[in-house]
Amino acid sequence: MRDEISVPASSTIEKAGKYVGKRVQRTEDEKLLRGQGQYVDDLKLENVLYSALCRSPHAHARIVSIDTAAARALPGVRAVYLHADLPPSAQHRLPLLVPNPAIRAQMTQEVLASTEVCSVGDPIAFVVADSRHIAEDACALIDIEYDVLPVVADASTALAAGTPLMHTSLESNLAAQIKMGFGEVGKAFETAAHVVRETFWQNRGSAHPMETRGYAAEYHAVTGQLTVWSAGQAPFLEKKNLIEVLDWDPERLRIIMNDVGGGFGPKVIFYPEEALVAIAAWKLGRPVKWIEDRREHFFTATQERDQWWDISLALTAEGRILGIKLDMTHDNGAYLPWGIIMPYIAATTTPGPYVIPAMDVEVKVVFTNKGPTSPVRGAGRPQAVFAMERILDKAARAMGLDRAELRRRNLIGPEQMPYSVGFIYRDGKPLIYDSGDYPRCQAEALARADYDGFAARKAAARLQGRYLGIGMANYVEGTGLGPFEGATVRVQQNGRISILTGAAPQGQGHKTTLAQICADQLGVPMDHIDVITADTNTVSMGIGTFASRITVTAGSSVHLAAQAVRDKVARLAAFMLGCEADQITLDNGFALVAGEPERRKSFAELARVSQGMPGFSFPAGVTNGLEDTQYFSPSQSTYCNGTAVVELELDRDTGQIQILHYVMAHDCGKLINPMIVDGQIQGAIAHGIGNATLEWMRYDDQAQPITTNFGEYLLPMATDVPNADIVHIETPSPLNPLGVKGAGEGGTIPAAAAIIGAIEDALSDTGVFLTDSPMTPPRLFEVLSKTGVYK
Amino acid sequence: MDKRVIKVTVNNQVFEREVETRRSLGDFLRQDLGLTGTHIGCEHGVCGACTVLLNGNTARSCLTLAVQADGAAVTTIEGLAAPDGTFSALQQAFRECHGLQCGFCTPGMLTTLTELLGENLDPTEAEVREAITGNLCRCTGYQPIINAALLAASRMRAARANEVKA
Repeated sequence: MRDEISVPASSTIEKAGKYVGKRVQRTEDEKLLRGQGQYVDDLKLENVLYSALCRSPHAHARIVSIDTAAARALPGVRAVYLHADLPPSAQHRLPLLVPNPAIRAQMTQEVLASTEVCSVGDPIAFVVADSRHIAEDACALIDIEYDVLPVVADASTALAAGTPLMHTSLESNLAAQIKMGFGEVGKAFETAAHVVRETFWQNRGSAHPMETRGYAAEYHAVTGQLTVWSAGQAPFLEKKNLIEVLDWDPERLRIIMNDVGGGFGPKVIFYPEEALVAIAAWKLGRPVKWIEDRREHFFTATQERDQWWDISLALTAEGRILGIKLDMTHDNGAYLPWGIIMPYIAATTTPGPYVIPAMDVEVKVVFTNKGPTSPVRGAGRPQAVFAMERILDKAARAMGLDRAELRRRNLIGPEQMPYSVGFIYRDGKPLIYDSGDYPRCQAEALARADYDGFAARKAAARLQGRYLGIGMANYVEGTGLGPFEGATVRVQQNGRISILTGAAPQGQGHKTTLAQICADQLGVPMDHIDVITADTNTVSMGIGTFASRITVTAGSSVHLAAQAVRDKVARLAAFMLGCEADQITLDNGFALVAGEPERRKSFAELARVSQGMPGFSFPAGVTNGLEDTQYFSPSQSTYCNGTAVVELELDRDTGQIQILHYVMAHDCGKLINPMIVDGQIQGAIAHGIGNATLEWMRYDDQAQPITTNFGEYLLPMATDVPNADIVHIETPSPLNPLGVKGAGEGGTIPAAAAIIGAIEDALSDTGVFLTDSPMTPPRLFEVLSKTGVYK
Repeated sequence: MDKRVIKVTVNNQVFEREVETRRSLGDFLRQDLGLTGTHIGCEHGVCGACTVLLNGNTARSCLTLAVQADGAAVTTIEGLAAPDGTFSALQQAFRECHGLQCGFCTPGMLTTLTELLGENLDPTEAEVREAITGNLCRCTGYQPIINAALLAASRMRAARANEVKA
């Protein structure tokens, strides 16, 4: 079954203009390099109050009593809120962001806990005071008596008989169950020449943007206007939630995200603190600010990647894949803020770039008393790629085949595009890869890595007493997720051009990229363009920044809106200059008659005329304003792909690795700004290196977080991250007018599979097979101790 | 509440303020002086975003108390450009090499590398990497920052050579 992909009529990929496709320097940098950014904690608000939260120290407990008298009496404390002090609309659990019929138990967070806490860090009391110091002092004075309850600390046994319930209102710790598949899996395994099976475990980490979460809110009593500044990723999603939680007039609520210091997923989520800051600002009539500290971030910002994969692969004698059986358990932690998108994405990413005739999937999403999970850069895909690529390594070893050759035999060819994977996706449509050349991508990566020469390098190093290993991983990633992101392009009366969009950047350089796209369409220098992002007053609707989707959605909207403005300029100029619209060309802020450059009108004059004069009607074909708004809505996700090949040296005594060569061949479609794309890939690889070798958010058997600072939880440093050797392959997507796909997450997705495959290869003489991630030096030492290496 | 009066020279301007003894230098710069270019990323001295130059040496402004800076000269990111606003060689190179994405770690990176290039105008790539191990960046994967430092160093060496010739 193969559905045709409809190609938009305007899908002529514009020839690289003056800016698109070039390494244009970023417009964002000037003020950031001077220390003039405006991150949420930098906002200077008159009469601002500061806040702090009193949080649960227990992973599961009933609240017996709360005494706030001493806190309220502390000088400088302006308010202490408990659950019962909140407006009735805020006494419900937070809305579920993405519902799904497979969800059996809906468990989102309370703004402030009413009777039961089920994760360390659950908010119980909110203190507003003259300073952050005083607010924290007051939190320490709140006396809470708990009745401690049994916990669920291990997702792999959460459904076993005798395991306690993570919340007393539940009937089971099962949050959701998904079954899906295609083809005849039973037959595939019956006829297989080889069957390999393995269980994989990947641990959770956190996104750790360098700026933690934070919110500020200000209420104007005269107008009833509430303004919230947030360090977030999804302004319209936050607005939607605040409207519900505050029961607020949508026309008097504005969310603004000025500069945001990184996001990587968890800042998409709507958190209780945002509601609290807004409620306090409204009730107290003074601005209120809350800035998360790093310790709080370790247990209240959402995390990701705890999954157990039991995967079996059936192959022919020649190594062609016949089928996959997958049984996966996903730890969603204490809450289900974002629905079950992440385990769903994980399962459907498993086939990757390979022809898979049959597949059977069962996914169980379970609750535990650990921190809640939601997508972190990669969003379930790193786990799928880890399981799939590792099982392929295992199959290659079992069959005595080269790892790259086994993969090559199973790759989908470019002539098979568009390719229907077999799954019916969650929107009810078949999952279809739109474009890409997977064999070329793998071949180019292997060539750049000199894969063929590796055996000689390994042998030579061995003679010097050194252990080298090489690993590889392929992936396909759905990006540019719908439904839309909006943008307005407007020529102002001073001749400058504004781009307004609800899309929210956290460092991706959206302002530069969007201005490049617009400048080429309107024939102006980029410095004629002002870009306003992440403000709910720009356009009327929006979704958010995640799933590597903004260049596809907002970028295409800017492209289409700028084209529409170009047409309006041409029509009005033609009328004023007495020629036909198709005789008009645009150059440097002027519309001129082709071949007669002295006959021209400036954008400024045209914009003023287009604003109209009382009593004067427009001529036929001319409409008011030189502006247009578009909400580009792709018909489906576009699929980018890549291959990582990693060569490293392992010190067996310490478990320390040194990456010698990190090749990343990557196809994200047309590149708008290769400098920015390189930056995204290099940064995403660093995140993947952290996931594979360092980052491990640990909990004890009482679900107490035990890595709550950067000494206990290690992020990669400059000495841990090599210079990635990036190979760009550009297969334009037919699904949007720019031909673009997403670039933000690809670097992270194959990292753990390739790195841990390489570590294993450096241990090839021991026969060890590595099944979990991260392989921190202590964890590797533990594994090696069992192999006899140290005897 | 224990308070002291302190006198600190920040970016060549003298400030005299009464502060609580428990106020960190970072909060003093950001909240009392309005110099919000210095960022607070972890408040336990690891991430390095809050790094400033204290009498020319890098210091974590989240772990340094404001009262400890009494009588000292502090340089923050706001003080790195020339008085006429011209970027320092390092700021310029960061821009050209895409040495920042979200910009949150940037103040600490710039102050730390300013110290390095003040001590060693010809660092190797390994020395640059080592110098910023106390500064975490989640966006860039570090390489563009390292490239920027090496570019700035080469330009500063060339400028110095020209000065010597002149």
